[in-house]
Amino acid sequence: MAHLKRSFGISLWFMFLTLPLIVVRVNTVAREVEWRWQNLAWVGLGAFAIAWFWQFSIERRMAKRVRAAAEAHPEKQKHSLAQRLADDPVLSRRVLIGVAALAMVFPWLVSTGQNFYHVNVMVSALIFVVLGLGLNITVGLAGLLDLGYIAFFAVGAYTYALLNKNFGLGFWTCLPLGGVMGMLFGVVLGFPILRLRGDYLAIVTLGFASITKIVLENWDTVFGGAAGIANIPRPDLFGLELGGRDKAVYTYYIVLALVGLTVLVTNRLKNSRIGRAWMALREDEIASVAMGVDMARTKLSAYALGAFWAGLVGVVFAAHNNFINPDSFTFMDSAMILAMVVLGGMGSILGVIIASLALKLLPEYLRAFAEYRMLVFGAVMVLMMIFRPQGLINDMRRKYEYDTADGESDNGGE
Amino acid sequence: MAENSNGKKLLEVSGLTMDFGGLRAIDDVGLDIFEGEIVALIGPNGAGKTTFFNCVTGIYTPTLGDVKIHPPGGASRRINGMKPNSITALGMARTFQNIRLFPAMTVLENVMIGRHCRTSTSIFDAIMGNRKSAREEKESVDKSYQLLKKVGLADVADEFSRNLSYGAQRRLEIARALATDPFLLLLDEPAAGMNPQETLELDELITRIRKEEKVAILLIEHDMKLVMNISDRIYVMEYGKKIAQGTPREIKENPKVIEAYLGEEAHA
Amino acid sequence: MDFEYLFELLCGGVVKGSIYALIALGYTMVYGIIQLINFAHGEIYMIGAFVALIITGMLTLSGYSGLSVLVLAAVIAMIYAAAYGYTLEKIAYRPLRNAPRLSPLISAIGASIFLTNYVQLVQTPDFLPFPELVPEFEFMESISRYMSSVDMVILAVTTLTMVALTVLIKYTRIGKAMRATQQDMVMARLVGINVDRVISATFIIGSVLAAIAGVLIASRTGQINSAIGFMAGLKAFTAAVLGGIGNIPGAVLGGLVLGVAETLGAGFISSAYEDVFAFGLLVLILILRPAGLLGKAVKQKV
Repeated sequence: MAHLKRSFGISLWFMFLTLPLIVVRVNTVAREVEWRWQNLAWVGLGAFAIAWFWQFSIERRMAKRVRAAAEAHPEKQKHSLAQRLADDPVLSRRVLIGVAALAMVFPWLVSTGQNFYHVNVMVSALIFVVLGLGLNITVGLAGLLDLGYIAFFAVGAYTYALLNKNFGLGFWTCLPLGGVMGMLFGVVLGFPILRLRGDYLAIVTLGFASITKIVLENWDTVFGGAAGIANIPRPDLFGLELGGRDKAVYTYYIVLALVGLTVLVTNRLKNSRIGRAWMALREDEIASVAMGVDMARTKLSAYALGAFWAGLVGVVFAAHNNFINPDSFTFMDSAMILAMVVLGGMGSILGVIIASLALKLLPEYLRAFAEYRMLVFGAVMVLMMIFRPQGLINDMRRKYEYDTADGESDNGGE
Repeated sequence: MAENSNGKKLLEVSGLTMDFGGLRAIDDVGLDIFEGEIVALIGPNGAGKTTFFNCVTGIYTPTLGDVKIHPPGGASRRINGMKPNSITALGMARTFQNIRLFPAMTVLENVMIGRHCRTSTSIFDAIMGNRKSAREEKESVDKSYQLLKKVGLADVADEFSRNLSYGAQRRLEIARALATDPFLLLLDEPAAGMNPQETLELDELITRIRKEEKVAILLIEHDMKLVMNISDRIYVMEYGKKIAQGTPREIKENPKVIEAYLGEEAHA
Repeated sequence: MDFEYLFELLCGGVVKGSIYALIALGYTMVYGIIQLINFAHGEIYMIGAFVALIITGMLTLSGYSGLSVLVLAAVIAMIYAAAYGYTLEKIAYRPLRNAPRLSPLISAIGASIFLTNYVQLVQTPDFLPFPELVPEFEFMESISRYMSSVDMVILAVTTLTMVALTVLIKYTRIGKAMRATQQDMVMARLVGINVDRVISATFIIGSVLAAIAGVLIASRTGQINSAIGFMAGLKAFTAAVLGGIGNIPGAVLGGLVLGVAETLGAGFISSAYEDVFAFGLLVLILILRPAGLLGKAVKQKV
């Protein structure tokens, strides 16, 4: 009963709250006021239902917690599905091969004749997967909150566009150059902000990215201004221009290879001396420095390596779309990539991949709800932080092999 | 100089003064540590002990005075104003008053961070996965595991450090500091929050470390039983100044020290 | 040096700066008390403007006009902004009070995105016109050459508001409670202050100020859309940091400095890069003097 009363109260509150905006629409052209009372009804019902469900689930969560505490099993550690999968080498290898095979034949599965729409969608999604993995290094592993990551993406894209337009350089030449330019920008940006942390760091990076975008929009002579740069050629196969569907499929395989490369490199870095140094810095900067980690070099390497991938895949983006302008590099995009890393689980490669694909593919295939896309995105960010702040996957532990004193090899783990 | 010492001076602090704006937190403090010693730094709360640590380990730059280290087999250096990671690389490691572990990393990984300044695998090496990186990685893992065994945490090596009990976390911090191969270990209130049993174990651990790792130890501590038991020498600070130094016996009977603790008897 | 032009720019800068100051106050008060950058604060400003637009629209289409309409719309906008601010805190921030710093920041960004698109959906993403309700004042000929009557109203209102705020913070019980909570939340709780209520009050006050700013800006520019919150929010945050985040007079000073710097830069160098001056200033301040003009650098205890 108390639930009911509370839900009713919350419903009333939201009806009041949304009243002016949802119900009233002032049409100054037609000089009339439009009243949409039915919306209010929706809000009222929706709020009531959600409030009731919310209280219900919180109660259930409380009850579960009480029960769990009563029958305490301190030794039994609950392992997530992902951890159990990773611990089983045979199974995980099979899954990996399965996924890889699926990825390889994907274009042929989804295309019929000249329709390569799905391939293009996947290319866009995979580009963002690389972006997510790149930012995962800076934010997820090293904990350096970068709200302006999209700027490095823009750097890569414009590098290809400009080098191609002004010097005729091809895709394959520009690909590594884009990565290097991104890396350079990363270092240049990282250097003055080494001492900053947390919120301030986030805002400064946001400021940097905003400045970059404004410069791109206004420096017409070099960057083409708001109109951008067009006629950017697609990737060529040993100088040969491919046509139609083959172009899309070719690009798909290029991006797929880049994803594989990113995963490989990130995985190696994560489980290395520098990867641990990044994580230590993220967890406790003062303690890591006291333990011998060079803060400046370690942070700069995180910025540089993260930015490298953005620059690299920026070239692919420009090549895939044949045209770039500053509108592709907004704060919203930075926020989305950040969401991919946070929602996926800071530092978790698999989590970031899943989150990136979800955030890019779901809106594409749920076109019916396209209007509500951003709304849902915002809501998801808030809800995830409240209910699962650690992200999708966050408890993966690496297994180490170490020798015991008697010389026997001893596998870690339970 | 204590009976346990081999005579070589490792740390030489003279005239150390630290000002924060208008506040003088440390006033002309001097201290020496010799090889093989266990030295305690005691004093009432607010005496400036942790600030002293911070000055010596590079977190603060002293306003006045000299902090000199004489690493065994290395060149003597004045380390005022050096960055903490450089000082650690030279061979002085510390633990923290409020435990500062890396919660989202495992126990083993926490210790492995200590190996960072003793290894040199570069980013390139790591990406290539070459022999150097594999070799150093294995070394780090093995050395860290050995240290965990030494402090009795080998069986929880793959646990997240945040899941450890308080006493275990303190021991982990010590293992982590030892991983940097120091010649001098600075422990900031290692027994804080421990019950008598745990303190006894810590006593034994510290003595064992001194013997097996060949490392001198400087510790800040409030637990007088522990201090009197294991210290070779004691320095006493109050209100930022050094008010006494000597053997445990001398300190116990020093009237200034007794007064500093407001009439409480420093009991053994 | 064209002094007339300079003076004109200065007037414009001060007016702009006052708006920034009003919004910046909301940022600085919230940050001072719970160390959170309320990313969605710009959206509250935008919602305040929108509510005012709807009310004025309804009233003007029914035949009413004049300053009283504006005042009524402003009052209703303030009420609604307060409601939104209160609800925002309760839903997106309160559950994360004890979470690590990253969580509320992400939540704030999510809330900001949600609110922007909410208004976009239920109203329209286009620009909507705001009626001119401020009459032209006849006095002060010398000044009215450089400032319109709207500008003068803006200056008057912001000054009054800041005086009111200062009185509130200094002399009322809630003001004292806010100051206490800002200095030491645990202690405040121990002496019996209802910290939750104080935090809600902080959000409410900040939102009211933002709504006032929204109404003023709508009057001045004659049109608004759902995207104005983002840029204004960012600039106002710059102002708050510039003055020293958590510092109330600092927010006002920061707002004025930013407004003037921006306008002078746009007037003398280039108007296209106006935003660059603002962001450039932000970046410089955060790198060189994160404590801001009036703030104190806080040393972290080890």
